[in-house]
Amino acid sequence: MRAADEFSSVVVRDLNRTHLVMYAAASGDFHPVHHDDTVANSMGFPSVFAHGMLTMGLTGRFVEEVVGRGMLTRYGARLVAQVWPGDTLTTTITVTSIDDGIAELALRTVNQDGLEVLAGHAAARVS
Amino acid sequence: MMAMSRSYPVAVEAGQVAAFRRAVGELEASPEPGAIAPPTFLMAADLFDPEYQRRPRAGQDWPGGGNTREGGGAGFHAEQTFTYHRHPRAGEALTATVRPGRRWEKAGRRGGQLLFTETLTDFTDEAGELVATASFVSVGTERKPEA
Repeated sequence: MRAADEFSSVVVRDLNRTHLVMYAAASGDFHPVHHDDTVANSMGFPSVFAHGMLTMGLTGRFVEEVVGRGMLTRYGARLVAQVWPGDTLTTTITVTSIDDGIAELALRTVNQDGLEVLAGHAAARVS
Repeated sequence: MMAMSRSYPVAVEAGQVAAFRRAVGELEASPEPGAIAPPTFLMAADLFDPEYQRRPRAGQDWPGGGNTREGGGAGFHAEQTFTYHRHPRAGEALTATVRPGRRWEKAGRRGGQLLFTETLTDFTDEAGELVATASFVSVGTERKPEA
């Protein structure tokens, strides 16, 4: 890994409600706006949408794959836009610097229309 | 709403680690003793939080008609940051200590003030060593005092 390296991958293809239910059970976040369309509609949303932490989790799994398990020293994200059933998300990791064995990473996850849904940063130990 | 810190025990379980890995796209993950938890796994500490709001509770209404309960349901989860000293492993017993963080305001894109509230959770291991800190930032529209 070197400064300015870029890594890109689809982190979920055609997100569906099963993904949302799996994340609800794994995380414990059972807010119905993420699995019950009736509730989502009554709150003014066209349908259920993904937990922001699912988007961060999908992105983080790819970051972990690139830097190696257990190597992250920091991972942060802003949830910029909602993610909907049918969305395909692509994450791009850019190595912004490497100093003293720590790589600083800029993270960006976009949907199939190129709309940014997550803007993040991470730091990882590199050998 | 901001109170003193509070603590609760968190068990890092192999099955939950695998379920979490599957949920974030690692579909073939299977439970393994000692497995390293994925980067955002500590969100699942909510399963152990006795005050967690986003689950049905005995004797309380659970939103099914558009109402979200006050507290955990209010506001959007806008930002999250994990700082890792090391990564938890399946089989560990951690302690989560929740404390208030920063509060700040920012002008919203459509006018009005957005109020950001940070909650910090420190995870320590059985030796009392800090494993990781999670920063949870929620954003809500500032409510003017009602007349």
